[in-house]
Amino acid sequence: MTALLQHPGYDEERLKGVAEKLPCREVQAGMLLSLMGQPHQYSYPSIFIYGHRASGKSHVMHVLMKELELSHATVSCVECVSIALLFEQVLLSFFGCDAASLLPRSPSLSDFVRVYRQQCSQSPAKQTRYIVMEKAELLRDTDASLLSALLRLQELVEDNVTVILLSEIAWDKFRPNTGCFEPLLLHFPDYSKSELQQILSQNVHPSYSAGFYSAYINILLGVFYSVCRDLRELRHLAALNFSKFCEPLAEGKVKETDTHKLWKHIEPHLKKAMQTVYLREVSSLQWEQMQQMEEEEAGALRGLSAHTHVELPYYSKFLLIAAYLASYNPARTDKRFFLKHHGKIRKTNFLKKNEKTSNHLLGPKPFPLDRLLAIFYSVVDSRVAPTASIFSQISSLVTLQLLAQVSHDDQLDAPKYKCAVSLDFICAIARTVNFDIVKYLYDFL
Amino acid sequence: MGEIRECLYKICLPELSGGFSGIKLLMSCFFVRTDVLQDELNRTILDSLLDFTRKCSSTRQNSDWTSQMRASEIPTAALMLGVNVPDHDMTFQSLSDMLKQSVSPHVASVQAKECGGKGFRDQSEIILCSPHSPRVHRSMHCSLGILCDWYTARTKKSPTGTPGKKRSSQVRDEQQQPPVVIIFKDLEAFNPRVLQDFILICSQYIDRLPLTFIFGIATSPSTIQHMLPHSVSSLLCIELFQSLSCTQHLATVIDKLILASRIHFKLNGKVMQVLIGVFLYHDFSVRNFIKGLQLALLEHFHSQPLSVLCCKKKQALFNVTQLSKPNLDRIRQLPSFKRYVEKQEAQEQVNLMTDDSHLKEVCQQLIKDLHKYHKNYYPILRCLHTLTSSLPRYPLGKQIRELYLICLAKNVWENEDYQSAMKLVKMLAKGEMVSLLQKCVEILQLSKSKKMKNALTLLEMNESRRAKRLSPFENLRNEALEFIDNLVKSHLSPPESQPLYEVCYYSSSATVRRHLNATPRTSIQAALSNPYYYLQNDSLKSEDGTVSNTAPDICIAYKLHLECGRLINLYDWLEAYSTVVSAAEGNDQDSENFGKVDEVKHARFIRAVSALEFLGFIKSTKQKTDHVARLTWGGC
Repeated sequence: MTALLQHPGYDEERLKGVAEKLPCREVQAGMLLSLMGQPHQYSYPSIFIYGHRASGKSHVMHVLMKELELSHATVSCVECVSIALLFEQVLLSFFGCDAASLLPRSPSLSDFVRVYRQQCSQSPAKQTRYIVMEKAELLRDTDASLLSALLRLQELVEDNVTVILLSEIAWDKFRPNTGCFEPLLLHFPDYSKSELQQILSQNVHPSYSAGFYSAYINILLGVFYSVCRDLRELRHLAALNFSKFCEPLAEGKVKETDTHKLWKHIEPHLKKAMQTVYLREVSSLQWEQMQQMEEEEAGALRGLSAHTHVELPYYSKFLLIAAYLASYNPARTDKRFFLKHHGKIRKTNFLKKNEKTSNHLLGPKPFPLDRLLAIFYSVVDSRVAPTASIFSQISSLVTLQLLAQVSHDDQLDAPKYKCAVSLDFICAIARTVNFDIVKYLYDFL
Repeated sequence: MGEIRECLYKICLPELSGGFSGIKLLMSCFFVRTDVLQDELNRTILDSLLDFTRKCSSTRQNSDWTSQMRASEIPTAALMLGVNVPDHDMTFQSLSDMLKQSVSPHVASVQAKECGGKGFRDQSEIILCSPHSPRVHRSMHCSLGILCDWYTARTKKSPTGTPGKKRSSQVRDEQQQPPVVIIFKDLEAFNPRVLQDFILICSQYIDRLPLTFIFGIATSPSTIQHMLPHSVSSLLCIELFQSLSCTQHLATVIDKLILASRIHFKLNGKVMQVLIGVFLYHDFSVRNFIKGLQLALLEHFHSQPLSVLCCKKKQALFNVTQLSKPNLDRIRQLPSFKRYVEKQEAQEQVNLMTDDSHLKEVCQQLIKDLHKYHKNYYPILRCLHTLTSSLPRYPLGKQIRELYLICLAKNVWENEDYQSAMKLVKMLAKGEMVSLLQKCVEILQLSKSKKMKNALTLLEMNESRRAKRLSPFENLRNEALEFIDNLVKSHLSPPESQPLYEVCYYSSSATVRRHLNATPRTSIQAALSNPYYYLQNDSLKSEDGTVSNTAPDICIAYKLHLECGRLINLYDWLEAYSTVVSAAEGNDQDSENFGKVDEVKHARFIRAVSALEFLGFIKSTKQKTDHVARLTWGGC
């Protein structure tokens, strides 16, 4: 195994340490090492690594940099809301605090290059410097020139520096349309089932044997592998459910080797975990508490999505109903629903070609405030004065995200809204005020 | 609430300087009660939240196998507060105060409107700006990394707590790593992208920085799942906390502030109706309800001079002796007093209308009666409520406030629903009936009035006899119900039947409605069509609804535009305006310049028109170039 990681220029003992810490990623690490070359050699200007979540990208980079003691700066792109933060972190880790404070208040790319070159001339690189950018897909949202500049930073600053981009998205989605320097691409494939088994089995609980734990991981993967291949999540689930797995052992009912009985005991439990704690319907803490409780008590705990009931003031309910009607009925049909003497209009008479498909499949449509209020006054059963509190209820509904404002915030004149609640939700609301909403919906005519 | 209190004192005190300190006492008692009440209502939920944050910080520090293997999640409390958003501020204020006092000095509250586009940077800046903030180099950018460094430096530097922090030594050991609590006041209003990014970043620092989130949620917990994808929500360890529903909240407020004989200030049925209506129909806000109460209180003491008698019995009796001549005349004018007088004999009537000292004596007696009436009223009301609140289809309402409204409106025993409720009570099973009656007895025991005691013994007697002899159950039941019916008839008559009730009851529902339920459109229209209403300038007075030609320009323009159709020709409008204004200037009608448009008039007209456009009465149209379109109907 270690043979793969032999590379001139690096200490062999250290390489061995690296290989131990990177199970199932030796190929990728070896590939990276050969791309990086020996420490004093110039490396390729930019390397792009992509692979799914928890496929070991950051971990491999981290271990390589730390174990081989390479000079590096690790930057998470989520954290760098402004490029200033990014520049600051890079300079900070290469040249220390003083260099970072040389940047002006809102630095441009050229400021960064200037400061970098200035510092670099004082302390030139003896080894390759690495800038590791995690979650690089967020770079696409920033200034287009930043990505192109980073890709050929080596040229710009005239220093032995390599930028390594880590991303969950393939390079094709990055390429700016103006064209740019092409980085070297490196793909990290997903871990296979046996690889996951191998990695997870390494975290043996200190008071149990390796074989026993490995059997547990095997059962766990049997249940969860079809829905989740995220190593981090699987490890979390393994930790949460292990105590339950050991229960019959502690009671002395089963021996460590009796895998079948253990499986019978844990399988329904894991299935339940898949529906609850894996979806975070139930938090990990509550899950742990549930395991200690009796079966009946545990049944009483409801998941997050079970709570959907919302209590609203009386007029807010009607406003929401009016908004729903305005969103899902074509404006032409308002006359049919809300006018007393609308005459006999059948659905077929005013059915237009494009309206044959259900409005509910198309989703809510925007409507102006006037229409909302007109429908509101005709559905609400008593006379309501147009007071300020009616209007403020509309904006409360917007902050509660039950309505969505479509027009811009600044537009005071004739704002437009959309109704953002589901049919089930509005039916429940309508039932509490004895309003038969289905009778007023064009789709259900 | 403090401001209102001050303002109340400022307004009322000069009038009360005559030494009527009872009123001052009543008002302060009223305010203290509302404050205490609010705190009490939130007590349980706040306590459990405090426990949660403490527990989180303590579990974080152990290092067994499970906690090492577990992905480090950010402990999060989802606090369900209901849609009454105006009430939340107070809850969060007391929550963060309590957290700062007993759990951690590092508490930051963030609101969605403070964290707009560049969300999380602002947020972290806010955290950094919390009272014990690190002194950051101004040139450095605020980031969570810096916050983290500051935190480690701080906890290392002062393991024995910071100076000026009073903590007991036992607490200090636990508090070596106080959690950093971030309260998201209104989760729904946050931009989901910003929130997701912020959580992602926080999760990267969670092993070094003990963060704890508190989400304030107004709608339902499923919002979290709508806002956060699985990859983000899997970073959180969410626990739900449900606060009292706002209707329960209101019930407590009504119970403590309105159905209490110790508070002598009362509302009549209509005002109650307005306040409860605003609550149920518009905002669900208990805070606004209490503000409405306070407004009514202020208005009552401000507008009713006889409100000096609305205080404790002793004080009131004393105040009666101090009444001035005009106030005594006011008493004679009170409708309830007039009704009382009419019932008296002729000689007594004359005495009451002429002899001041006699009037004072009678008033004292009447005030005593009023206090007695209140003392008996509420226990009986509660009794009736316990009997009827569980009946099928709730003929007298499920909540006590509904029953109270019925009782305030008219004689409750004449109500059809009351009759049917009594019939239903008769049909109750034995066991149920006995337990209900027992509850009634408990209620009556609590109120230690003399009269009540008689009633009590009677009821208890019924009770015991029933227990012994079950066979003549029907007789006993009818007896008991008749007894309750009598109690209701003698004590639950509406307050209007009591002489001098105006002293304690505030009755102007229109004022309250006008203040609490603003109608901007109506006000604007009133201002434009009747400027005298607001300006109070005599030259603007007009009888028949016409606008005098000396009215402000915008009123004239408004009046003229009412006479037009959907499209208004601007030039015609200008000419009409100019004619009206010329008449106002007193120009000779026959002179050549009459009605001519000069530059000043033109400018004034343009200004009026643009003001109308701003107010939303007209808008420019593309149908005809020199026309504007009307946006309102009617008027002509």
